[in-house]
Amino acid sequence: MPILDHLWIIIALPLLGAALNGLLGKNWSKPVVNSIGIGSISLAFLSAMEAVREFTQLSPEQIPWIRNYFTWITAGIFKVDFSLQVDQLTVVMLFVVTFVSLLVHIYSTGYMAHEEGYYRFFSYLNLFVFFMLTLVLASNVVLMFVGWEGVGLCSYLLVGFWFLKQSAISAGKKAFITTRIGDLGFTIGILLLFWTFKSVDFVNVFKQAANMPMEGSGPGGVLTGICLLLFIGAIGKSAQIPLYVWLPDAMEGPTPVSALIHAATMVTAGVYMVARMNPLFSRAPFAMFIVALIGALTAFFAATIGLVQTDIKKVLAYSTVSQLGYMFLGLGVGAYAAGVFHLMTHAFFKGLLFLAAGSVIHAMGGDQEMPHMGGLRSKIPITFWCMFIATLAIAGIPGFAGFFSKDEILEAAASGPHANLWFYWLGLIGAGFTSFYMFRLIFLTFFGAPRYDEHKVHVHESPYNMTIPLMFLAFLSTVGGWVAAPHLVGGTDYLAKFLSPVFDAYAVTPTVASEAARTSEVAGSPLMDLVHALTGMPVIIALLGLLIAWWFYIKSPETPKKLAQSVRWLYTLVLHKYYIDEVYNAVIVQPLLWISTNVLWKVIDEGAIDGTVNGVGRGMRESGGQLREIQSGNARSYATWVVIGAAGVTVLMLGIWGMVR
Amino acid sequence: MNIVPVSYYLVLSAILFGLGIVAFVFKRNIITLFMAIELMLNAVNLAFVAFARAHNQLDGLVFVFFVIVVAAAEAAVGLAIVITVYQNRQTLNIERINLLKF
Repeated sequence: MPILDHLWIIIALPLLGAALNGLLGKNWSKPVVNSIGIGSISLAFLSAMEAVREFTQLSPEQIPWIRNYFTWITAGIFKVDFSLQVDQLTVVMLFVVTFVSLLVHIYSTGYMAHEEGYYRFFSYLNLFVFFMLTLVLASNVVLMFVGWEGVGLCSYLLVGFWFLKQSAISAGKKAFITTRIGDLGFTIGILLLFWTFKSVDFVNVFKQAANMPMEGSGPGGVLTGICLLLFIGAIGKSAQIPLYVWLPDAMEGPTPVSALIHAATMVTAGVYMVARMNPLFSRAPFAMFIVALIGALTAFFAATIGLVQTDIKKVLAYSTVSQLGYMFLGLGVGAYAAGVFHLMTHAFFKGLLFLAAGSVIHAMGGDQEMPHMGGLRSKIPITFWCMFIATLAIAGIPGFAGFFSKDEILEAAASGPHANLWFYWLGLIGAGFTSFYMFRLIFLTFFGAPRYDEHKVHVHESPYNMTIPLMFLAFLSTVGGWVAAPHLVGGTDYLAKFLSPVFDAYAVTPTVASEAARTSEVAGSPLMDLVHALTGMPVIIALLGLLIAWWFYIKSPETPKKLAQSVRWLYTLVLHKYYIDEVYNAVIVQPLLWISTNVLWKVIDEGAIDGTVNGVGRGMRESGGQLREIQSGNARSYATWVVIGAAGVTVLMLGIWGMVR
Repeated sequence: MNIVPVSYYLVLSAILFGLGIVAFVFKRNIITLFMAIELMLNAVNLAFVAFARAHNQLDGLVFVFFVIVVAAAEAAVGLAIVITVYQNRQTLNIERINLLKF
């Protein structure tokens, strides 16, 4: 087991790449920076795949495979090891993270070719991969938190990559501070977890949790507390209501960053964490309910905002928030495997959408506004077809990746162990909106007459190092969902079966996968199941979204304007994202600024702290000024002082201390 | 045999030491100050010897040798400094040599 015994190699390679490029890359030529950046990620990808190959040869008792490298912290009974773990969930994440990272690195060599600070970009990107791999390989919650914070740092650095642009700096700070609010919850959750289980190792915690009874459906109970606190962390990191506001602003970063960090990997860390903590969540029904509620609400509301945005990346950003909501909906209704499945397919098609959008922006010479585009289909055919496939995938058109995963989530919401029809309907309508805004994007960008000035903008297809990653992702967006194909004909989803050891080992009730496996024997004929799946509500509503988008933006382009006119207030409300940013600004940011300026700064800092420090300093200087008069330069006065001192000591010894015998 | 009591020596030592202090504080010539220091050192030496004799121990005598050595070294270095000071300032008045101050 060469790689499984040395798992640290997988995370060390990107770190090495980041260090080399970051410390020495300034004076290197682009080919050198490229080969170090891409080389380290390729090697990490290859070693991860080798680890997966070795993993498949392990016997079930050897899983989870844990390797302890050294003890990181010991303080009393609090002990944290630097130990890495591989199980089925890790394998899925390893593949997604290293593969998408590799494609994004290759794409970046084209997209960032003319940018200042090229080496810096690749260094940050490698560093991000290092932290993300630490996050998914960690075998205890503290080490996982290291990766969790690390990816947040890299997100900040990369959102603010163009640090001369005021809006990019603000967006970076917003992303960092907003997720930090969630991280506070996560930190307290870790403390409560340790306080309860006296351990932070996943395996140890889960074994103890397995012996704990299921908690009641109301709030209260220590497991519910831990789960809710951890979920606050996930809300921040995975951009859920109410902390989703940072993700749309994070689009200020370079597009490859949006694809890798803000679509495919980092924002799914929260989903991964909840899935990883499934033995705890399964025993806290109230926490599960909250997860599903937040997920369903986010899936719906973010989709409504996406309907009217005009910036191509903003549409995709709200779409990401919405899709993350679906993942949490899946987890919250107990379909962990479906949530992770959607995480995987989403990484492919949303990564592809962002990279393709980057290619469109590249072709348009930097313009991101969809009203300025149109008719790009024949000019940039490769980008068009790739983006079209991704759109089919995200909209849930049968046969493409998103269809399988979204269908499973909605099915679980309707009939799973924690089913709730309200969530199902929110998810279903959200799916219709998803289909609408995605086809709206396609129609506005690629169809109709060009709305840009053809003399000023020279639309051109992107170079091969940008289009080839698109093709790879398009391929996966098409076939990536077929791992769940048997599900259509009433069989068991291969991915769910593969993941079932992770989700069933400590389960209280059988999860969807094993349920499906059991019910499949009694269900109707495979053909009926297939017909049922292909004519189900999600498919109908997706096609409906497509049809309305076609009618609005191809058939009669005046309709949306008329509609916007007739319900002016609603249109304005949604266009301004429900004024959430303005509300947060007025309710949280401005009062905080006022208190910070007028109380913390002017009174506490300048008055109390500076006053004390300056007062001590001034007192010392004044008393020193008095005392230095003694230093007269006159040797005889010194002698007098010595005599007085000696006499004083003598008097002390003789008279006061009584040393006379 | 009449032995002179140790207190006599101590009184003499105290008187010599006091004279040394008075001379050091009130005289102005650096050479005189040196002599005052030597006087104080030897007053202490006298006390040491008297105690050593009274307690019949050698420790005090050993100490006296150390003091003599140090005094000799100090005189050698000190007089060299005095010569240098005189060459630079053309005076040995301690009150004129007061540059080293704040």
